[in-house]
Amino acid sequence: MATQSVWRPNIKELARRELKTRPVESGHRLCAGCGAGIIIRQIAMAARKSIVWINATGCVEVATTIFPYTSWNVPWAHNAFENAAAVASGVEAARKKLSRVGRFANDPDVELDYDIVVLGGDGGTYDIGIQSISGAFERRHKFMYVLYDNEAYMNTGIQRSGGTPFGARTTTTPVGKVIKGKPLFKKPIMDIIVAHQIPYAATISSAYWNDAIAKLRKGFEADGPAFIHAFSTCPLGWGSAPEDTVKIMRLAVETCVFPLYEVTNREYRLTGPSISIAKNPARKKPIEEYLKLQGRFRHMFKPENKWMIDKFQGWIDKQWEALLKRAGY
Amino acid sequence: MSTPMIGWKEVPIAAVPFLSSKEYPTGEWAVFQPKINESKCIKCGLCWMYCPDSVYRWDGEGVPVPDLGHCKGCGICVAECPTKAIELIRV
Repeated sequence: MATQSVWRPNIKELARRELKTRPVESGHRLCAGCGAGIIIRQIAMAARKSIVWINATGCVEVATTIFPYTSWNVPWAHNAFENAAAVASGVEAARKKLSRVGRFANDPDVELDYDIVVLGGDGGTYDIGIQSISGAFERRHKFMYVLYDNEAYMNTGIQRSGGTPFGARTTTTPVGKVIKGKPLFKKPIMDIIVAHQIPYAATISSAYWNDAIAKLRKGFEADGPAFIHAFSTCPLGWGSAPEDTVKIMRLAVETCVFPLYEVTNREYRLTGPSISIAKNPARKKPIEEYLKLQGRFRHMFKPENKWMIDKFQGWIDKQWEALLKRAGY
Repeated sequence: MSTPMIGWKEVPIAAVPFLSSKEYPTGEWAVFQPKINESKCIKCGLCWMYCPDSVYRWDGEGVPVPDLGHCKGCGICVAECPTKAIELIRV
């Protein structure tokens, strides 16, 4: 528990700082009601010093830097899907070398004391970029990887990814006679990451902003690589109403589709509303409440597809039980 | 083929966007835009916190002010306002 931080976010201080620095400027072309827009702002809010932002290809990358416009007031670099974590390793290694030889020691324009954050979507993390993440975590480079998980390749036209949940309609897993949405379950990315024995890994839902920003700050403060799995609603790909974005983020936690927890040196700890659900299982909402707000699950509510809801609920229950056991409940 | 090839030192490192997206009026997308009822506002800042477009300007004290030139009208602030102080107006 050496890296436990006592910092708690104060909304008024955060607002004053954002007003002054404007790390993410308005005018980017993310869809109305995009969850990733909230996540990138919360990452910038959690920063303790200046940050260097490495962005894998994805919605955030294509929407915020359409030439000649940029929404970023922080140093920012675009990378391919597969090398975002490798570029962050290079930035970190170069910084180490430059400070060791004292290259910019007397240059007031160059600051070498910064945090590195990598932002990748679920395609760049679950599927294409996992080798560079695994390598960078093994080498113990100090940076924070944030995965904003909107559960499909939304940027290229809603193709299924390793992060797509069971039964979801995407353009490559359509609903028809043969298959009804994705027949497989979501890849357990947190288990894969935790197996690297990194100092800090956590899941966040932006609806619980207090919890999310505190965890992002812990990720910045971690002594080594940190991983944050952020849940991001996608109104376009999920067929949800734009104003329901934050409501869906909250329901995902309340139905245990996306429980909130953090893993410090392989020690699991539930946080926020997930603690109260663990202590009082009656508070766990049925999965229908989460599914019915999204068009991609609409076919599950037909009478002949009732088995899909039951199967999904059974899988969620099993995952939740396994997590409770790990967290010591 | 008349121009000689430039050396690697002259090639720019990468494409560098040079204008701030602040100059791009995404507010034109909106069909509805928020209007705050200042007497109902309790200054909790949740509209500011949940805005995906950094539209709200809030100094932590007064009523948050939306920048309607960039607001895409998603309505998250309306849905999340605890006192229902924000309403959507057709533009």
